[in-house]
This record gives sequence, C-alpha cells and structure tokens, in this order.
Amino acid sequence: MLVAIGSTLAFAAIVWITVVNTPGWSDVQRAFFAPEIAWAALPKIWDGFLLNLQVMGLSVITVGACALLIAAARTLRGPVFFPLRVLAAAYTDLFRGIPFIIVLYVVGFGIPTVAGVRIPPIVLGVIAVTLTYSAYVSEVMRAGIEAVHPSQRLAARALGLRHGQTMRRVVLPQALRKMTPPLMNDFISMQKDVGLISILGAVDAVRAAQIWQGQTYNFTPYVVAGLLFVLLAIPTIRLTDWYTARLRSREQSGSIL
Amino acid sequence: MPKNLLLKRAAAVLAAASVAVGLAACSSTPAPAPSSGLATVTPGKLTVATGDIAYFPYVIDDDPSSGEGFEAAVAYAVAGELGFAPEDVEWVRTSFDAAIAPGPKAFDFNIQQYTITDERKQAVDFSSPYYQASQAVVAIAGSAAEGAASIADLKDLLLGAMAGSTSATTIEEAIVPNVAPQLYNSNEDAVAALQAGQIDAIVLDLPTAYYATGVYIEDSFIVGELPAAGVPDEWGLLLPKDSPLTASVTAAVDALRASGALQEITDEWLGAGQGVPLLK
Repeated sequence: MLVAIGSTLAFAAIVWITVVNTPGWSDVQRAFFAPEIAWAALPKIWDGFLLNLQVMGLSVITVGACALLIAAARTLRGPVFFPLRVLAAAYTDLFRGIPFIIVLYVVGFGIPTVAGVRIPPIVLGVIAVTLTYSAYVSEVMRAGIEAVHPSQRLAARALGLRHGQTMRRVVLPQALRKMTPPLMNDFISMQKDVGLISILGAVDAVRAAQIWQGQTYNFTPYVVAGLLFVLLAIPTIRLTDWYTARLRSREQSGSIL
Repeated sequence: MPKNLLLKRAAAVLAAASVAVGLAACSSTPAPAPSSGLATVTPGKLTVATGDIAYFPYVIDDDPSSGEGFEAAVAYAVAGELGFAPEDVEWVRTSFDAAIAPGPKAFDFNIQQYTITDERKQAVDFSSPYYQASQAVVAIAGSAAEGAASIADLKDLLLGAMAGSTSATTIEEAIVPNVAPQLYNSNEDAVAALQAGQIDAIVLDLPTAYYATGVYIEDSFIVGELPAAGVPDEWGLLLPKDSPLTASVTAAVDALRASGALQEITDEWLGAGQGVPLLK
C-alpha cells in the first residue's frame, strides 16, 4: 500500500518535471486543451456524435448478421459446399487486408455512381463498416465454432440432431463463450472506425471538430471528439473485462487448488 | 530562444574564424557576407514551404522550383524583393494543418492559399495579402443547379465543400442553405462526390473553379460567383508566430503590389475567362 502510494507520487513528480514544467507545455495547453473552445465546440460535436452513434447502432446489427452467415459458410462440411467455403475465405482475406479508409472511398463514391441515385452518407457508412468488420467478426466466430471440441458435435449427431440443430443447440452456445472477448475487442475498434465516415461528407463528430479547428486554428475540438469516443468505449471495455472474468471463473471453477 | 542562441554562436564562430583567416593570410579579402541580413532558417537561403501536393494554377506540375504557377511565381518575386537569388530559394512541403500546429517550423514562409483570419493570427504570422479570392459555385450539366440565377435558387440544393475552408464558410454565410451542406476532407473528395451525384454543386474559390471546370470535371460549368462572406478571403504568406521575417516579408509583398508586379503575376496565372455572373 505504502509502496503503491510512493510510486504513484514519484510518477506524478516525473510527469510534472518532464511534461508540465517545460516551456512548450503552455503552448500545447493552449493549442490542445483550451476549456473555453472545448465548451463552445461541444454542442456541434455532440450533434455529429449522434450521427456516429446511429451508424454504429445499425452496423452492430448488420455486421452481426453478415458475419454469422460468412462464418457458417466457412464451417460447412462436405465437398458440395467447397465453392461456398472458398468464397467465404476469399472474402475474409480480401476485406481484412484492405484498409478501411479505402473501402470507405470505394463504397462512398463508387456505389452511388454505379447505382445512379443519391444515397445518404449514413447508409454508405453502414455498408462500408459492414463490409470490413464482417470479415473480422466472421473469423472470430469461425475460430469460436472450431474451438468447440469435435466430440461435442459427434455426440450431438449421435443423439440424432441435424447439422442446423447441432449448431444452434450445442456448438454456438459453447462457441459464444470462447468468442465474446475478441468480439468485444472488434466492437470497440469499430466504435472508433465509425469516426472515419466523415470522409463521405457527413458532418459527424470528427468533421464537426475539424470545422471548429479550421476556424480557430486550435486543436481542442479534436480532443473533445476524442474524449466522446473514449467515453463511449469505456463502458464496453469494463463490460468485457467483467464478462471475461465471469466466464473464466465459471470455466475454471473447482480447478484452482 | 535556443535558435537565437545558436545563431549568435554561429556568428561568433564565424567572426572568430574570419579573424583567424585574416591573421593567417594577412590579406584584405573580407568574409563573404550573406546575400541578405535576414535571420532565415538556413542562413543565406530562403526556405519556402508549400502543400504536400501543390496544384495548378498555384504550382504547375507540382514543381515549385520551376517558378511556374501563381504561388511559385509570387514566392520567387518575394524572394527577389528580400534579396535572395532564385537558386537560394529552397522548397519544403508541409500539409495545410501541420503549418499551424505548435512547435518549431522548418520554413521561413509557407504559401498555400492561407486565408488571413484573426483566429489564425493567434497561432501564426501573416504577411500582407498577395491575393483576394472570391468563391464560385460549380455544378455538372444536368444537375439541379443548372439554371440557378440567384442565391435563392441555391438554397434548396445539396451543396458540398472542403471542411474548414472559406468555401464552407461562404455556403453557411452567403447562401444560408435550407439543407445542411456536405463537408469533405479535401476539394478532391468533394469533386468525387459531385461526380458520383451525391451532391448538386460544390463551392470552390474562383481560380480553382476555373481549373476544375476547364480540366478535371467533365461537363461541368461555373454557376456563378458568390458575394464575399464573413472575413474577406485574402491570402497571405504564413510565417511562424513572431517570426523576425514578418515585417520584411510584408514589406516585400507591399512593394510588389505597389510596383504592379503582383498584378502581372495574378493576370498571368489566374486571369482566366471572364463572364462569370455574380449571384445575388
């Protein structure tokens, strides 16, 4: 306890001497942490943030559904499904490899050109996020499904369950436990990437911050937008920690001497 | 003030060296004086910054050292006024935002269409303006903006511009649209959105609009010029805050304006087509 207090104080002193107590710090403070600019910019940034939230809320649903389909396709057994498996594998390879920002450009300016109609940026954003994150999430799901021991599957089939029933009642419930922590990780990562939809022209939190920054030549609005994203991520991170700890204690119950 | 200290030391070393040379050779050759007495980033050289990619008609072929293009020509004219030969001008690249971030700067002045505003003056220095730009609306033939003859005709259109630019401010203040405009990372992105049909028209500054309609947006035309909104869009050379060069650079720009040289450069590079209607 005393050691912890001591090391914390020592750390604070080092931070004070090396960062705060330097001639450049007041410049940095003025450029990045100006409270009056933060306060003035907050309403617009908050409006933009609501747009991010909408895209995120919709994407969670579409990503979940698409990823489950892809993961199911990749884990199908039997030679008949070879083309499906290959397609699913090619998809995950491609979209995990392409930087998200390029997907955004192709979707944002390509799809409307091909379709010949005007599409709201929210929809384009959801499409781009879904394309990219379905690839990541489906791989997590596949790994989770394959982590369930084959004996479980065999036992289920021996009891007379069909493939679909086996998946639904035996494999997926066990797989869910394995894949929750990495899924949460992808979810947090997605929360941040949703901030990139400003590329499509929508005035989201990042864009609203940029507008303020352009007018004031001060970077505080970016910090405000960043804090909003952090506030959004913290509950998810804590929930993940709690859930992972709970799963661990359940799985390992009785095994600790 | 480590930079000043460094300069002082360099000067002291130089003085000592020249004394030593003088004593050793006992000759009358003076140490070569720098071409100007200005405290530049690299003594004897003028370091000028422009955009990471510099565009027509400001810099031709992204090669500012050719002196071709409006801003390249202005930079060399200013360098001449300051007493630098063209070969003493060194070019560096910065992004638009990097030039205003706190911290030491690697250039003597930065030229990339920086509009002079009071807010920006708190972070950087500006010379007196070398150009006053107006804003124009650009659309593709067949779009909803075709036939718009007044600002009232533009109010219900979905407009686009580069975020944080004077074009964006002009949409807000001169047009006051009924639909929130779409704002993009760059003019290129806004053009891509225009070409994809995501927006009805974009707002660009007039020189860029001439180039865009003439060269890189097919079937596009200038709907009209917009009245000045908010701060007048005057472009200045950007210098580090409290730069020792600000006064001399301003004097150089003023001299170029007074002699008519600035007007000549403007006419040469930005004097394209006439007959764009002013929207009211």
